[in-house]
Amino acid sequence: MQLTEKHKQYWQKNLRMTGVLLAIWFVATFVIGWFARDLQSITILGFPFPFYMAAQGSLIIYVVIIWYYARAMGKLDREYGVHEGDE
Amino acid sequence: MATQSQSQFFSSLKRYYSFYTGGFVAFIIIVAILEQMGVPNKVLGYIFLAATVLLYAGIGVMSRTADVSEYYVAGRRVPALFNGMATGADWMSAASFIGMAGTLYLSGYDGLAFVLGWTGGYCLVALLLAPYLRKFGQFTIPDFLGARYGGNIPRSIGVFAAILCSFTYVIAQIYGVGLITSRFTGLEFGVGVFAGLGGILVCSFLGGMRAVTWTQVAQYIILIVAYMIPVVWLSVKHTGNPVPQIAYGYVLEKVTEREKVLNDATTPDGAKEAEVRAIFKQRQEAAEGKLKALEAGGVSYLAEEKAKLVKAAEDLKANKDADPAAVAAADKAVADFPADAAAATVAWKKAAAGAKAKAAPIAAHAEPFAGPDEAARDKKRKNFLALVLCLMVGTAALPHILMRYYTTPSVSEARKSVFWSLFFIFLLYFTAPALAVLAKFDVYTLLVGSSFSELPSWVASWAAVDKTLMSVTDINKDGIVQLAEITIGGDLIVLATPEIAGLPYVITGLVAAGGLAAALSTADGLLLTIANALSHDVYYKMIDPHAPTTRRLAISKGLLLVVAVFAAYVTSLKPGDILFLVGAAFSLAASAFFPALALGVFWKRANKWGAILGMAGGLGTCMYYMYITYPFFGVNAPLWWDINPISGGIFGMTAGFVGVIVGSLLTAAPSKEIQDLVDHVRYPNLEGDIKTEAA
Repeated sequence: MQLTEKHKQYWQKNLRMTGVLLAIWFVATFVIGWFARDLQSITILGFPFPFYMAAQGSLIIYVVIIWYYARAMGKLDREYGVHEGDE
Repeated sequence: MATQSQSQFFSSLKRYYSFYTGGFVAFIIIVAILEQMGVPNKVLGYIFLAATVLLYAGIGVMSRTADVSEYYVAGRRVPALFNGMATGADWMSAASFIGMAGTLYLSGYDGLAFVLGWTGGYCLVALLLAPYLRKFGQFTIPDFLGARYGGNIPRSIGVFAAILCSFTYVIAQIYGVGLITSRFTGLEFGVGVFAGLGGILVCSFLGGMRAVTWTQVAQYIILIVAYMIPVVWLSVKHTGNPVPQIAYGYVLEKVTEREKVLNDATTPDGAKEAEVRAIFKQRQEAAEGKLKALEAGGVSYLAEEKAKLVKAAEDLKANKDADPAAVAAADKAVADFPADAAAATVAWKKAAAGAKAKAAPIAAHAEPFAGPDEAARDKKRKNFLALVLCLMVGTAALPHILMRYYTTPSVSEARKSVFWSLFFIFLLYFTAPALAVLAKFDVYTLLVGSSFSELPSWVASWAAVDKTLMSVTDINKDGIVQLAEITIGGDLIVLATPEIAGLPYVITGLVAAGGLAAALSTADGLLLTIANALSHDVYYKMIDPHAPTTRRLAISKGLLLVVAVFAAYVTSLKPGDILFLVGAAFSLAASAFFPALALGVFWKRANKWGAILGMAGGLGTCMYYMYITYPFFGVNAPLWWDINPISGGIFGMTAGFVGVIVGSLLTAAPSKEIQDLVDHVRYPNLEGDIKTEAA
């Protein structure tokens, strides 16, 4: 099994996307969590901002991250010809 | 069904489950009519629990199978949407369904660690593991470790860790099953455990993963309906808005205002609260005084104290006009007096801690990491973030969840399936914080300030069932309920919501059925994981690779039975604290599996010795830390960097990553075949690819 340049490019793109999405995940979880007390005075939809994020906002971000990844990788698979046959 | 195409299969599944949901709604309506006709509540409870368990058994019987691929991975044709629902039910346990809203009620912002941890982990599943495991496509997680790292040692460590964390977790589930059946049917706890177990077994025993998958989809539908109805109703009652997740921002503001009033001794309500707190402060000091005197005086002090109580009781009895209640109380005080110094220390320490908690002002619901000083707040923040990380990484390492992604038809379906999983889980998890705030609003505004002679009916009825869940005592004898006079157990919030919202009993039965569905579905998945690890990984892969199919399945089913009965037996002994057991399972899984799995995909250089060192080192570190710090084991060593034992996975994960990296770099790179295997899992489809999928 020999990988072509194109295959390597596919994997690099996958790694980059994974990295960016993990960075968003990290900020939504740990950075906001770390500064929760400092962000307490900001209000969003009637909630204090850190409470809103931990109870709802970050969760929505997680769902969107996974949705986006599934969609973008599906496209990338086809673009690089590594997609599976249709069932 | 073998001739059906995937899309036909999908549309017939949609049809079946639409009929099923309609049938379920009709069933609820029939029970509601029965209730109106005067059928007693206990009978309604039996009808609900029996009907749902029979339903699961029916699906189990219909999905029975003797095919290996059907038994282990449901034939690998579960569409993304349905696998998402099944994963949701598999994932959401009794702790999520019953416990979470209560934890949020009791600890406010800090409890959100569970909400974040148990959802955010799916990002790691989606980005780092699920698609690659699906491409690899065998039956268990130790299968992957065995193939990627070669040899039986990594596989064996994987089997050991899978059994350890699944078993810890399953005990918590069976405990939940016992709790619900005993509460709603009046059966004894031990009997309830075994009755629920019957429901778990008929399903997984006959049809393995296939039966479990289709039952879990049915269970998801029940549990989400059961969770939503009362919360929506409560939201309409308090805000007029049927979408609680949006409406509760406004309620949270009201709760925060109310907290300020109750904490402010210059307002009339606040002054009453301060009065009750002062009484608790005295009790705390009294208990602490007794503890000090016991230390100084020892056994003789204990004897003196007991003699005083005995004398007081005798004096009362000597008086002919004494109130019989007071006499009974005095006798009880004598009878309850601790027998020896050790028992006295425990009892008085508990009394002092209980009174101290009640003497403190109300913690603000929305305030993160509340504490008296910077150091205390910092410690809370550290533990919050550590717990979130352990729960997230644990999510991406628990074998019963990862295994579910073997059942989808393709890699791209596996990716979509993680999205559906989190979406269905999210529906419950973003409702729980709303429920906690709405229930708090009800308690703070309607219960506090009401008169003891006319308590709301739900308070009286739950206080009669279980004092640890709900009790109100008039501490300052003013006939009015103060917040500090109310003791609420976390599990009450979900169980009592239908009554708080003023809904008929049929909804309470529905909530019980939902809780049972949550506990049973998780227990099913876990027991199957344990039995598969033993039968597939140990027996088939290591002992007898030539075993015929029938014998493999017979052994798997036999083991399932043995493991289930053993787990029920351990549960009936009521070990430890449920939340700790659940948290421990996550920390253990995170330490043992995550580093070896993630690096196995993303780092070609990772090899057998790295995996052995990392898995054993990670698991060992985590177990060691829990052993020396968790009070149950009695060592009580000082904490490392103030991290609580439940988050011991922090140290385990670190040790795991260091172990894999160091072990791999010190030994030779893996063979060409293994590097090819890594390339194989990285690409959904390659020309001239090797084949690893097991049929």
